[in-house]
Amino acid sequence: MTSEKARETQALLYLDGVSVSFDGYRAIRGLSLYIEPGEMRAIIGPNGAGKTTMMDIVTGKTRPDEGEVLFDRGKYDLTKLDETAIAELGIGRKFQKPTVFESHTVADNILLALKGPRTATASLFGWRNRVHQDEIDAILTTTGLIDHRDRMAGVISHGQKQWLEIGMLLAQDPAILLVDEPVAGMTDHETELTAELLTEINKDHSVIVVEHDMAFVRALNCKVTCLHEGSVLSEGSIDKVAGDDRVIEVYLGR
Amino acid sequence: MLRNARLLAAFLSMIFLAVPLAPALSAEISPATFGRLAADEFSETATAIDEVAASGAPNAQAILEALGSARLFFDPTNKKIYIGGTGTVTDAATGTSVAAPTGLQTVRVNNRLRRAIENALGTLTLLSSDPAKRRAAADALFKSRDASALPALESALKSEQNAGVQRLFAEARAAILLGQPDTPRADIIDSITLLKARGDIGAIATLRSLSDKAAPDLRQMANEAVASIENRLKMLSYVQNIWYGLSLGSVLLLAAIGLAITFGVMGVINMAHGEMVMIGAYTTFVVQDLIRTRAPHLFDWSLPIALPLAFVVAGLVGIAIERGIIRFLYGRPLETLLATWGVSLILQQAVRSIFGPNNREVGAPSYMSGAFDFMGLSITWGRMWIIVFTLCVFFALLAALKWTSLGLYMRAVTQNRRMAGAMGIRTPMIDALTFGLGSGLAGIAGVALSQIDNVSPNLGQSYIIDSFMVVVFGGVGNLWGTLVSAMALGVANKFLEPFAGAVLAKILILVLLILFIQKRPRGLFALKGRAVEA
Amino acid sequence: MITKVIVSRFDGMGLIFLGVMAVVAIFVPLSNLFIPESSFLHVPTYVMALVGKYLCYAILAVSLDLVWGYCGILSLGHGAFFALGGYAMGMYLMRQIGSRGVYANPLLPDFMVFLNWKELPWFWYGFDKFPFAFFMILFVPGLLAFIFGWLAFRSRVTGVYLSIITQAMTYALLLAFFRNDMGFGGNNGLTDFKDILGFNVQAQGTRATLFFLTALTLILVYLIGRWMVTTSFGKVLVAIRDAESRTRFLGYRVEHFKLLVFTVSAAMAGLAGALYVPQVGIINPSEFSPANSIEAVIWVAVGGRGTLVGAAVGAVLVNFMKSVFTTGFLAPYWLFLLGAIFIGVTLALPKGIVGTLNDLAGKWRRRPVREASIPRLAE
Repeated sequence: MTSEKARETQALLYLDGVSVSFDGYRAIRGLSLYIEPGEMRAIIGPNGAGKTTMMDIVTGKTRPDEGEVLFDRGKYDLTKLDETAIAELGIGRKFQKPTVFESHTVADNILLALKGPRTATASLFGWRNRVHQDEIDAILTTTGLIDHRDRMAGVISHGQKQWLEIGMLLAQDPAILLVDEPVAGMTDHETELTAELLTEINKDHSVIVVEHDMAFVRALNCKVTCLHEGSVLSEGSIDKVAGDDRVIEVYLGR
Repeated sequence: MLRNARLLAAFLSMIFLAVPLAPALSAEISPATFGRLAADEFSETATAIDEVAASGAPNAQAILEALGSARLFFDPTNKKIYIGGTGTVTDAATGTSVAAPTGLQTVRVNNRLRRAIENALGTLTLLSSDPAKRRAAADALFKSRDASALPALESALKSEQNAGVQRLFAEARAAILLGQPDTPRADIIDSITLLKARGDIGAIATLRSLSDKAAPDLRQMANEAVASIENRLKMLSYVQNIWYGLSLGSVLLLAAIGLAITFGVMGVINMAHGEMVMIGAYTTFVVQDLIRTRAPHLFDWSLPIALPLAFVVAGLVGIAIERGIIRFLYGRPLETLLATWGVSLILQQAVRSIFGPNNREVGAPSYMSGAFDFMGLSITWGRMWIIVFTLCVFFALLAALKWTSLGLYMRAVTQNRRMAGAMGIRTPMIDALTFGLGSGLAGIAGVALSQIDNVSPNLGQSYIIDSFMVVVFGGVGNLWGTLVSAMALGVANKFLEPFAGAVLAKILILVLLILFIQKRPRGLFALKGRAVEA
Repeated sequence: MITKVIVSRFDGMGLIFLGVMAVVAIFVPLSNLFIPESSFLHVPTYVMALVGKYLCYAILAVSLDLVWGYCGILSLGHGAFFALGGYAMGMYLMRQIGSRGVYANPLLPDFMVFLNWKELPWFWYGFDKFPFAFFMILFVPGLLAFIFGWLAFRSRVTGVYLSIITQAMTYALLLAFFRNDMGFGGNNGLTDFKDILGFNVQAQGTRATLFFLTALTLILVYLIGRWMVTTSFGKVLVAIRDAESRTRFLGYRVEHFKLLVFTVSAAMAGLAGALYVPQVGIINPSEFSPANSIEAVIWVAVGGRGTLVGAAVGAVLVNFMKSVFTTGFLAPYWLFLLGAIFIGVTLALPKGIVGTLNDLAGKWRRRPVREASIPRLAE
């Protein structure tokens, strides 16, 4: 099934001609997207452009009706794998609405996310029961949550949950992070910190960020893709995309 | 078939009990015949039976009946024959009542004679003025294939005016002719054709009775006729299974339809749903009880009166449950499940305390009892009305959801509660009314189910699992799915029953459902899309 | 060092529970056997039998709490696993009767002779040997749970859907076991037991031993459960309960975790059923009734789900109340009370008794700490 072009791809994440529809509504129409190793990419677009659905497809939550979704230089066909297998390959995801394990402590949230064997037997007998606190604390320090390590994740603030989720992604140490609206509901100061944090993370990982906040996207200083009605409307530097008439028409407004 | 046989037996016994209506023949029974009877020897009696039957005398039937039921006596001293009554006896020759002389003896009969008597009676009733009796007589002859009745049958056939009865006579004649070794070939062919058209189990038995000595091509023809009838009967049994299945399906649909609202539309797991059905059934009982004591002439109206009452009573109980318990548990389906189970225990026990633990008798109005025949299927009015009623309820509900403002608000609230609230819809009231509607529907179901099930405190328990399976199988939130699923489960159950038996069929259906839900967790007609899994 | 490990594994409630259970396990049988009846310390046999029954229910409740309290799987069919374990034990006990039955058939149990069966059905083979029977007590419920779970969890049947099909499962088994030709004694079930491992089941010594074993099993099941939930396995279970799809995106095979805990839990329930049967002397299809399974759920809810100890406490408490209420003039009111418990606990006491106590204790203990930490957080 894999096309010639796909097999030769050097892209870390490769989407080509992907379409999916729900009850006749075509959420994604012939979407193509290539993410290079180590790249940071911002994805913008109006509501219903298919941003979250695109992430659903990459992480295995939704199966595309057609098209190719390949990972790691075309080695893996993501359309054939389920969420767990895709996560194991090294694709991490942060949801639009922060979802942390609310009845676990902040530290245990990180513990569960830490890279390592994830089988049931390994959880019963394995190293995850003997993880050193230092490892966890290092990540909590990076995300500024060290003071809250023993609090229940359900009671920390919204912004802290966003960071905790990013921290969990860090602990997962994936090859690529999909981050869905990380600064929604954050103060300006928190937004700035988050941009710094993502840039820091980008040193070792590829990152895809979906965001509406243009100031934040500008702060990331990376290649931008604008989606509209399920396909790519414009792609390039932030200035190029922000200056594109069609983008202004459908999304940014005049 | 068994039913038909029983019906026939009932008819026959009625005939025997009835006062005989004499055929319009002015003949008498000869004294010689009486002499044979008075001899009290089986062979003599047998001849006498034939003679009595052939005599065409007005009292022939009375004599034969008396003989058959051991009420025919003879006086050994003067060889007179008497028909026994209470206290007095009737002189069989003169028809006058006299005090019973002493020393009367019974004319004995054995099984062979009893059969002869029955056949003779059958022949006699061929000329009765009541078409139903002639019909019964024809059926009796068709079964007995008694050749001695042939002449009487043929003459009756000629004079018969009623087309239906005439056909039966012809079939009976065909049956007799087939059994005779010396029947002309053309008659046999006609007979086979006639029996093939009749097409029931009796016809098969008769066709099989065709003598071995008959020509091979005739036998071939008879066999083909048997095969064709068997095919027809098989088809008929399929149709019958489908009918029974639809009937069961409509019961399932009735029980589940309220749940399709509370669970399917609102997402509330109401384990007390079965008890709403029970409340409806008990409402019917109370209504009937009042009518029986206060206004018996209204009895046939008891169900129409009970319907709105059951809806209101169950609906109010539902609203009380929603306001008192469920509203605190929205978004916590498993807790709702437990709390409503508690409600169901309390309701069951309450009904047990008020009405007692035993089954309560709910009677069937006249239009619910009896059966009619449709293309060879015996269809009971009760089942028939329940199917019709269920479909009415279903479509009324569909229409209500679509065209009333409550329906509109309901859909608005279930699709986007906050938005609906922001638009000025009083969501708590809509919740209560929706739940009340679902419960009221269960109450209505209870009225119908009181006609086919025992009205006891456990009534609801027996429906709860089935109802949930129906709703889940059909796809939650999809009324059409519920309809299809109820009917499909009903029919599947009835088709499995002949092979597996009722209990095993039910188990198999449950297992298949469990497996099905694994394959398609969202049911037959699942909603698809991003919102579903959220 | 070792005490530190133990204390870290067990919260206060757990330690109290273990202590109480150890005392019960040793004191009750010894008192029944050796303290003279006149003494007020003597535990009469009927009380011991009753408490033994409660403890079997407590094991069932702990096993249910493991799947419901920690993993969010509300099984309305755990009574089926309990009953299957009970039937496996019942079959062993039936085979022990041998030729002492009414029909004195050395091989066939009475009900089979009564049904005119000539041969022992294949699935009754081996049950004359205790080790095999013991294996089946764990294996049959475990296998059913494994197959059921494998199908259900793989296709992501969750929440109320799962509850409904587990209920359908136990209902189907109820109907099946009522059938005479299933070969399990139909309506009457299995009863009239004589011996267990060569000891008379009615004898006081045997009863005391069975009681001790039941208490011991409860302790053991609690320890296994506690171990499972305090390892990171348990943390994954809770994660699945709270955010299943998130757990999946973290790379955990959610269905494997569910399957393991469901199967282990079913085997535990089977063990509870097996201990129950010789103590009450009968097993019949009514144990499969869906109402039984739901009742077990309410024990867990009353005691406090997700605490294990609470499940055991709830089982004993509710069943004690049931014993009190179903005898004498209160009998008609039991279902009212039980119904009220269902409603009251879900509305007013969602964390159950032990959960609420834990919260109170936590508040009381943490108050000074929290006050001290507030200024630091405010900086």
